[in-house]
Amino acid sequence: MPGAHEPLVRVEGLVKHFPLRRGLWSRQAGVVKAVDDVSFDIRRGETLCLVGESGCGKSTTARLILRLLEPTAGKVFFEGKNIFELPAREMRSLRKEMQLIFQDPYASLNARMTVGEIIGEPLVVHKLAKGAALERRVKELLEAVGLASYHAKRYPHEFSGGQRQRIGIARALAVNPKLVVCDEPVSALDVSVQAQVLNLLKDLQDELQLTYLFIAHDLSVVKHMGDRIAVMYLGKIVEVADKASLYQNPQHPYTRALMSAIPIADPTVKRERILLEGDVPSAINPPRGCRFHTRCPIAQEICAIEEPPLRMVGEGHACACHLVPAAASASHPAGAGTKAGVEAAEG
Amino acid sequence: MAKRAGREQNSQTPLLSVRGLRTTFVTDDGIVPAVDGVSFTIDRGTTVGLVGESGCGKSVTSLSIMKLIPWPPGKVEAEEILFDGKDLSRMSEREMRRIRGNEIAMVFQEPMTSLNPVFKIGDQIMEAIILHQKVSKREARERAIELLRMVGIPSPDKRVDEYPHHLSGGMRQRVVIAIALSCNPKLLIADEPTTALDVTIQAQILDLLRRLQEELGMAILLITHDLGVVAEMCQRVIVMYAGKIVEEGPVVPLFQEPAHPYTRGLLASIPKMNEDRPRLTAIPGVVPHPARMPRGCRFHPRCQFAKPICEQLEPPRLPVGEGRFAACWMHTDFEPLEAVPGEVSSSAGRS
Ligand SMILES: Nc1ncnc2c1ncn2[C@@H]1O[C@H](COP(=O)(O)OP(=O)(O)OP(=O)(O)O)[C@@H](O)[C@H]1O
Ligand SMILES: Nc1ncnc2c1ncn2[C@@H]1O[C@H](COP(=O)(O)OP(=O)(O)O)[C@@H](O)[C@H]1O
Ligand code: SF4
Ligand code: SF4
Ligand SMILES: [Mg+2]
Ligand SMILES: [Mg+2]
Repeated sequence: MPGAHEPLVRVEGLVKHFPLRRGLWSRQAGVVKAVDDVSFDIRRGETLCLVGESGCGKSTTARLILRLLEPTAGKVFFEGKNIFELPAREMRSLRKEMQLIFQDPYASLNARMTVGEIIGEPLVVHKLAKGAALERRVKELLEAVGLASYHAKRYPHEFSGGQRQRIGIARALAVNPKLVVCDEPVSALDVSVQAQVLNLLKDLQDELQLTYLFIAHDLSVVKHMGDRIAVMYLGKIVEVADKASLYQNPQHPYTRALMSAIPIADPTVKRERILLEGDVPSAINPPRGCRFHTRCPIAQEICAIEEPPLRMVGEGHACACHLVPAAASASHPAGAGTKAGVEAAEG
Repeated sequence: MAKRAGREQNSQTPLLSVRGLRTTFVTDDGIVPAVDGVSFTIDRGTTVGLVGESGCGKSVTSLSIMKLIPWPPGKVEAEEILFDGKDLSRMSEREMRRIRGNEIAMVFQEPMTSLNPVFKIGDQIMEAIILHQKVSKREARERAIELLRMVGIPSPDKRVDEYPHHLSGGMRQRVVIAIALSCNPKLLIADEPTTALDVTIQAQILDLLRRLQEELGMAILLITHDLGVVAEMCQRVIVMYAGKIVEEGPVVPLFQEPAHPYTRGLLASIPKMNEDRPRLTAIPGVVPHPARMPRGCRFHPRCQFAKPICEQLEPPRLPVGEGRFAACWMHTDFEPLEAVPGEVSSSAGRS
């Protein structure tokens, strides 16, 4: 295995700007800065969560990592290789290693294929199995995700949302990927079924040593699933840390506001709420300086002028805010939370 | 805002009292009861949460009260729907139009369902005001600006002339709330008002609803699937499952000691910010299809406490503590009020 200490994925200075056109024939009217200089690592076997409000660039980051989109700038290393420089043939074989689970279990499955065909398709495409072996593998996958082998003959419309999400998971796992990107996999599900799917994802990770990039907008789901958490705001990562230090000691004013905004299902808990004013600004002309300064309750003059860099603010904890002092021993913020932080959390 | 103290005829009787509500739809699978024998009350000035998973009948319940279920395919029956002394179930469409948007207002999940994209927001608020109140156009415009200010829209005197698509989702929902409040409703029905919004915007809207309720004294029926929102906003909670109310009571004891296995299961299945568990306790199985409701207790195929009787007989609504009720055979140690399913005692629903 190439260097067990090397992260499975390293994202460096990733940028994606979408040209914005008004109408079909007009010239470019601006750019959407969907992802703007994002760097982080995903370690083998961990769950890295990306959390943030809608439009902050989570799905775009995911699609770049899977090379479903070409970047404006930046690199993504998968096991040490920059995927954007890989020739088509090598990229095709790499696609087996990274799979995607979608948010919408209704739109993501082909209605005209049987469940068995849907799950087996990646195996056929990559020429990994056929005939009886294919059938056996599909059965195995169905059982692994808590469905029954007779379900292979049925069509997606005969299944509930949670069952369809299981089908999507089985399909993603068919080719034995190393990395599974879960883009809001439970957002469309009812809570009782959401719990079933979250438990299943955890069990499969333990059994198959999977690495997850888990995207969500719900900080309580993220807290349950993640080892490390990266908080995004308007195309930037504003804070990265291991779970324990992020939740016990959030540093960035946005993270703090986000945490305090989550309603807690306990009527006896009374909290100080940080109410943010105004709306999330548009990614088309994001605010200068710190992108959060238009809503930040503690913004200073410098915040509107200078962009705060992501820097280490504690053991395995990085934050991009002028008012959070940098830690004395500075290591690379991309690996934040991977070192002492995780050990402390596990201990 | 005008004070409404004088309008309260009798603060002892509940503002809304629904008895035996049953709404059916004609579908390809036959006649489907989406809401089946639902009874509850809402006291003046209180916030009552209606929770349950997708398809359990929350929206159909509220639309039935407002008589907004289209026939065909829907049909609403009820013993009575008493609102402020008037029985809505016996009202004509003309009489209902005077109630809707006036005494009872509604806010939906998607603000654009309530806004017309081709009219300025000010005109839409003014229209709502003029429809129900005798005021001049100028007065209505002033009142529209005042309402926009009240719901926290910055520079309302300029925003009043903007179109809905110039506003963000959160701002649009504020406009919808302004329209809903334009006639001082006694009851606001809010159907998932924050589900489509980001959490920091949801926090703003919930804060707004709480503040407005304090100022205006209206009652709120808050429909949501988010138990966190219920815990934060409501005094009483109604839990629905498969078209029926399974549990009802004041918020604190209901969350601390849920009496119905479904309520218990719901609470156990959500990840919580203030605790750490390696695994969530999922409820096995799925919500039944409305055309294939299980016999007896509708929850029995998913219930870990199910007994033989649960498969045979529907559990009655049983008292399980001060102002609390649960429809579950586990609670037969308590003296049942009525052994008839769906029947309600007159004190039911008050905290
Ligand atoms: N026009 C209709 N025709 C047939 N069935 C309907 C119709 N409207 C609603 N139903 C059914 O009635 C049941 C209750 O629906 P309702 O919209 O009240 O659910 P809900 O609790 O509001 O769910 P959600 O959380 O998804 O909004 C569902 O099974 C639904 O499919
Ligand atoms: N293909 C595209 N063309 C133009 N803009 C896009 C495209 N995809 C995403 N965006 C924009 O990029 C930003 C980030 O989007 P996305 O990554 O989907 O956010 P998230 O997943 O966090 O909700 C948004 O402003 C979105 O509108
Ligand atoms: S840099 Fe300034 S505006 Fe940005 S989060 Fe920190 S204090 Fe707030
Ligand atoms: S009546 Fe029986 S099946 Fe229904 S919730 Fe109670 S114990 Fe469970
Ligand atoms: Mg997304
Ligand atoms: Mg609904």
